[in-house]
Amino acid sequence: MVNIQMTGAQMVLKAFEDHQVDTIFGYPGGAVLPIYDELAKERDTNQPIRHYLVRHEQGASHSAEGYARSSGKVGVMLVTSGPGVTNAVTGLTDAMMDSIPIVCISGQVPTHLIGTDAFQECDAVGITRPCTKHNWLVKDINDLSRILHEAFYVASSGRPGPVLVDIPKDIQFQTGTYIGPETVKHKSYRPKLKANIDQIDDALKLIADAEKPIFYTGGGVINSGNAAVQLLREFIRLTGFPITSTLQGLGAYPGDDSQFIGMLGMHGTYEANMAMNKCDLMINIGARFDDRITGKIDEFSPNSKKIHIDIDPSSINKIVKVDVPLIGDVAHVLEDSIKLWKSKVYKINKSPLKEWWKTIDKWKEKDSLKYTSDKNIIKPQHAIQRLYELTKDKDVFVTTEVGQHQMWAAQYYKFNKPNRWITSGGLGTMGFGLPAAIGAQVAHPDKLVIDIAGEASILMCIQEMSTAIQHKLPVKIFIINNQYMGMVRQWQELLHDKRYSHSYTDALPDFVKLAEAYGAKGIRVQKPNELDKAINEMIEYDGPVIFDCVVEQNENVFPMIPSGKAHNEMLLGDETVKEEISDEGKVLV
Amino acid sequence: MSEIVSKHTVSVLVDNEPGVLARVIGLISGRGYNIDSLTVAEVDAEKHISRITIVAPGTEQTVNKMISQLQRIVPVKRAANVTFEKQGIEREMALVKIVSTGEKRLESMRLSDVFRARVIDTTHDSFVFELNGSPRKIDAFIDLMKPLGLSEVSRTGVVAIARGTEKM
Repeated sequence: MVNIQMTGAQMVLKAFEDHQVDTIFGYPGGAVLPIYDELAKERDTNQPIRHYLVRHEQGASHSAEGYARSSGKVGVMLVTSGPGVTNAVTGLTDAMMDSIPIVCISGQVPTHLIGTDAFQECDAVGITRPCTKHNWLVKDINDLSRILHEAFYVASSGRPGPVLVDIPKDIQFQTGTYIGPETVKHKSYRPKLKANIDQIDDALKLIADAEKPIFYTGGGVINSGNAAVQLLREFIRLTGFPITSTLQGLGAYPGDDSQFIGMLGMHGTYEANMAMNKCDLMINIGARFDDRITGKIDEFSPNSKKIHIDIDPSSINKIVKVDVPLIGDVAHVLEDSIKLWKSKVYKINKSPLKEWWKTIDKWKEKDSLKYTSDKNIIKPQHAIQRLYELTKDKDVFVTTEVGQHQMWAAQYYKFNKPNRWITSGGLGTMGFGLPAAIGAQVAHPDKLVIDIAGEASILMCIQEMSTAIQHKLPVKIFIINNQYMGMVRQWQELLHDKRYSHSYTDALPDFVKLAEAYGAKGIRVQKPNELDKAINEMIEYDGPVIFDCVVEQNENVFPMIPSGKAHNEMLLGDETVKEEISDEGKVLV
Repeated sequence: MSEIVSKHTVSVLVDNEPGVLARVIGLISGRGYNIDSLTVAEVDAEKHISRITIVAPGTEQTVNKMISQLQRIVPVKRAANVTFEKQGIEREMALVKIVSTGEKRLESMRLSDVFRARVIDTTHDSFVFELNGSPRKIDAFIDLMKPLGLSEVSRTGVVAIARGTEKM
């Protein structure tokens, strides 16, 4: 690679090319005009970068996330200074919480104006410091190419995350030396990929001795890539152990497989949470003992040994003390584990495992996801079940907003492949689903992409409909419309004596007309017997659709572990809600 | 884990690059931890590595959580609890100004001798003492000086290192 002279703006595009970036999401503005100018000049070349013009920088950030989450590649976004950056903050934080690789390039006022409160100036690196894995302010043109390469490296290696490179406008115009990516090496950041083999052996011994084991897997498996997913499946089948997954991990193991006992956590299945509570060995693969998973921490799985595989050493013993930590990349650790398991001819403890499965099957009989159907009004669970049944033969990508619909989607839509389930788990960002669906559709133009939404969440980034129309992205928005911020309403019902404070939306738009105003198709369904036909109509329509599915208003998400309670204290339905939640529980979120 | 709140000394090795101190401090304040003292200086000029020493009050658990979070920062190479009770050595330096005359002045001079403090500046009615030692020793010295005309104190904050062959 020869070192060549070019402008800062050209370097940005050259770095994109060197890192195989062909797609970016962005919004122009004063401080990024030189880079946009290069995009215009490049438009007539053989392989121009595809730039998707969003309608709000938050949309760009979630679209980049949707692109990254559905493809496993780095999502790239380009925004201007000041409001461009501050609008992107929500998406960067979202990517930070869920460990999604994003490179955000932001314009900045010219270096001589930094600190003068110039027009559209903000302290971009200061504002984004806590919500990025790392960030840089480029002050010298000759640092730019190195920083860009480091940015892609940091975003995508170790525990992935968002990074931001803030480039002042004068640097974009200046000419300097471009150094190729192969000569740039980050001076200190080298995440460990392989775990200590003795510790792997310790873990395998625990696995061989276990009588009541459970695998608890998370988004780390999906982030590790397809090899990790295949190895996970092999290892699970090799052991015959039950497996549960976090919200982020859904799809790594087939949702319809008999060893899969459903999602765990606050709205997980009865059998998954009971198994976590009663197990004698927990094997955590790429999950982080999040509070949605553990419930009351003192009573979390009190009698188990714990193995924790994680690439991020700081995740180990952060919340739950583990017996065998395996620090490394999931794929590497599983590969070594399977090899060692076979070479040492370890055997699982068959007869207690059989008993354990019997116990789990008994828990399963509770049928914790059951709900009562209704002939006259659509139950939200039923709507999602029908959506699943009518689309399961296709390779579908599902995004969600945040709230009840998200939990119902996680419970009733089964995922058999990784990267098909794209949801804001850590940050819980309402407004995530539509732009994320746009990003997923961009990455997979020929696939069916559905945003399972709520009528409140969808309005938070509804402007991105315009993006979908402009770029001919046929995303389907399936709104579970109960006129309430359903999860807020549910908590107010259970925790605040049914005082529904500001959780009812009195003036919703007519979603059919709204769709038409954007140039999309609108469908409204209110009767259960019309549902299937309408869903098929939505799938078959070649273009974006807003599907307004009017559902029962008072339905709650069950099972539910109330705040401050342990796994074995789940609420299974309205009839089980008796005792009041303690004050200690109320303060939790 | 212990629920007792005590002072913990945390050493952090970082790449000395722009913004790294802000990252460390921002994380600590942003997550609601307090800082009693902070020192920072480059310790390897060739590799551009700085050492940050933070004294923070907290339970064992909160400090461990803080260390976990610190380890996620990209330019942070190591972070560890090097508290005195955990086989660490802690030292601090203080400059202590005494303004007094007569018997008080003489008494401050005598006490400084006991503490092996050095006089580095003097006028007819003032001293500036330089004092090294553990934070506790410096606290004790300052307490004793209060009735003897203590005027001003400047402290470096704690630096710490592990005893024996152990390396961070």
